[in-house]
Amino acid sequence: MTTPATEAPVTPRSEYEFGFHDDVEALVKLPKGLSREVVNTISDIKEEPDWMRKFRLKALDHFNARPMPEWGGELGDIDFNDIHYYVRATDRDESSWEDVPDYIKDTYDKLGIPEAEKQGLLAGVGAQYDSEVVYHNIREDLEEKGVLFLGTDQALREYPELVREYFTTVIPPNDNKFAALNTAVWSGGSFIYVPPGVTVDIPLQAYFRINSEDMGQFERTLIIADEGSQVHYVEGCTAPIYSSDSLHSAVVEIVCKAGSNVRYTTIQNWSNNVYNLVTKRATAYQDAVMTWVDGNLGSKLTMKYPAVYLMEPGAHGEVLSIASAGQGQQLDAGAKIVHAAPNTTSVITSKSLSMDGGRSSYRGLLKVYDGADGCRSNVRCDALMLDEHSRSDTYPVMEIDEKRVDIGHEATVSKVGDEQLFYLMARGLSEAEATKMIVNGFVEPIIKSLPLEYAVEMNRLIELQMDGAIG
Amino acid sequence: MTSPLFEIDALQVAVEDKQIVNGLSLTLQPGEVHAIMGPNGSGKSTLANSLMGHPRYTITGGDIRLQGDSITEMAPDERARAGLFLAFQYPTDIPGVSMINFLRRAISARRGEEIPVREYRQLLNEVLGRLQMDEQFVRRYVNDGFSGGEKKRAEILQLGLLQPLVAVMDETDSGLDIDALRIVSEGINTFHSDDNAILLITHYQRILRYVQPDHVHVLIDGRIVESGDASLAERLERDGYEPFMERTKAEVLSS
Repeated sequence: MTTPATEAPVTPRSEYEFGFHDDVEALVKLPKGLSREVVNTISDIKEEPDWMRKFRLKALDHFNARPMPEWGGELGDIDFNDIHYYVRATDRDESSWEDVPDYIKDTYDKLGIPEAEKQGLLAGVGAQYDSEVVYHNIREDLEEKGVLFLGTDQALREYPELVREYFTTVIPPNDNKFAALNTAVWSGGSFIYVPPGVTVDIPLQAYFRINSEDMGQFERTLIIADEGSQVHYVEGCTAPIYSSDSLHSAVVEIVCKAGSNVRYTTIQNWSNNVYNLVTKRATAYQDAVMTWVDGNLGSKLTMKYPAVYLMEPGAHGEVLSIASAGQGQQLDAGAKIVHAAPNTTSVITSKSLSMDGGRSSYRGLLKVYDGADGCRSNVRCDALMLDEHSRSDTYPVMEIDEKRVDIGHEATVSKVGDEQLFYLMARGLSEAEATKMIVNGFVEPIIKSLPLEYAVEMNRLIELQMDGAIG
Repeated sequence: MTSPLFEIDALQVAVEDKQIVNGLSLTLQPGEVHAIMGPNGSGKSTLANSLMGHPRYTITGGDIRLQGDSITEMAPDERARAGLFLAFQYPTDIPGVSMINFLRRAISARRGEEIPVREYRQLLNEVLGRLQMDEQFVRRYVNDGFSGGEKKRAEILQLGLLQPLVAVMDETDSGLDIDALRIVSEGINTFHSDDNAILLITHYQRILRYVQPDHVHVLIDGRIVESGDASLAERLERDGYEPFMERTKAEVLSS
């Protein structure tokens, strides 16, 4: 998607640390553009079973048939014929960093991933570089218990029946235009299966990196938590700064079986030339708990509303969302909770920040079906603007078709207050330090729900963004 | 000759083009306690806030000096680091920011270097104990959900921790019951030394029973109209502000 010379270039984030890229020629790079031929080629490269190829082609038809969404952000500038849909740097998915090509390992070293793994902070690590997963490893004891954590392509080769049983059962290929696109050209992503009763005590982490210019990354993640199991999955993402735009359009499906507990944490830090259009959804059965922790700091435009469908009594869904938009960014984030069974509960907590002309929105849907009595839900969305020329909106929608429910809703939009600033400055804090403290306090309810390392990282990223905004 | 500790020199302050403080002068020497007493609308809070540099108040004339150096053009944080302190009448709440974190930042800012954790703990426990405050108090968010009395105590806690040269107390006694008033007053007295000075701004005389002023000033229409010793406060308590207001009115009419 080369930006025409007449248009304003992508706003650089001077404070963005991960804007570098590797200048190594990719092993395979499909020509730009989207067609049946491209989809077939991807399927050929992956030597997939025929059912998957058919899935892809059908999804391509859905994609072509559907109009572009006219809500959220400005999508008209995306030129689907100016994107490389498949770029592969290496032909191996390794389980030892020593075997990963040096220049790719260097990238992940800069991101601190192998170090965190070595320190035992993670139960397993996956790394995707452009279209393919280049590294996957899981702690031996978990592997022995039957926990699967591997690239989705590899899972399709090694456990085709398991993948086939769940693939697109949570998000159908025709769910929305970008889910259809992903289903047509998907590549990479994580596949996780946790057997009944097994607890994965520390997080599994995957790291997504776009390296090539004008490319689309379409990873597909599928997590199945069997009965009574527990798992926390964390994903991070970064990309180089290019003058033209990249597209990241992922699909994440999660099945939380009875009594399971799944937490999915995202720290999204794409460079400001990435369109981030992602569909994430989980189904939660009897007494299962599903939590999305969704932190959005990067990208040019994000449209992402993690969803939980509460399918059986006792299921609990929770979404904790932080969006922090700086110059040239629009972050349209939020949550969707569907109460499809009685006595289900949910909590949505959203904190959006905007600064330096950035725009952030909360867009949420809370749906309670007729007959889902005894449901309880609490929605709280707060927005904080750091200056006059930034913008914050909330679009909370509630569709409640059942009378016997308990729904709470609270929304606030505010500016960093003069009185708060004055109070802190009267105690000797500089204006910048005082502003940071107020912002840290604002996001605190979500930060404190993160494991320490991620809390530190999230705070650090927000502070970096503020350094760019308030000097 | 050394400069006085704190000088307010012919200060004029406006709020949204309305003149509130009209040429007020006052000098505080080290070790002194001054009380400024005035009725509602006399300019007490305007004076307190403008001394600290609140952006809503515009200084239209005069000068404020701390240890001989003008602080009139300084931002609030520079004034604070230089040693000026304001105990707020209505402290603002800052949700999500713990007292323990905020206080450490504030002490470090005042000192110009990070206070070591150990020293901080000791200092904090000492001052908390003096104010009969529970350790758990500092785990709470800044002023968030505090009762009126707790807010005032939190201000005195900060006074004790930050050790300013000059403390301006804006109606610290308002909204306190008699026990809280005694504890808060003791906190001020413990802080007070020969090296610092206190400016009590108050409507009522009652705090002056616990914190003895060396000088009392009567504020009417943004001016000091009478100054005296502690007995002036007693006179005010007995006769009220009415006689001073009548006199000011007469002066304005005759001028």
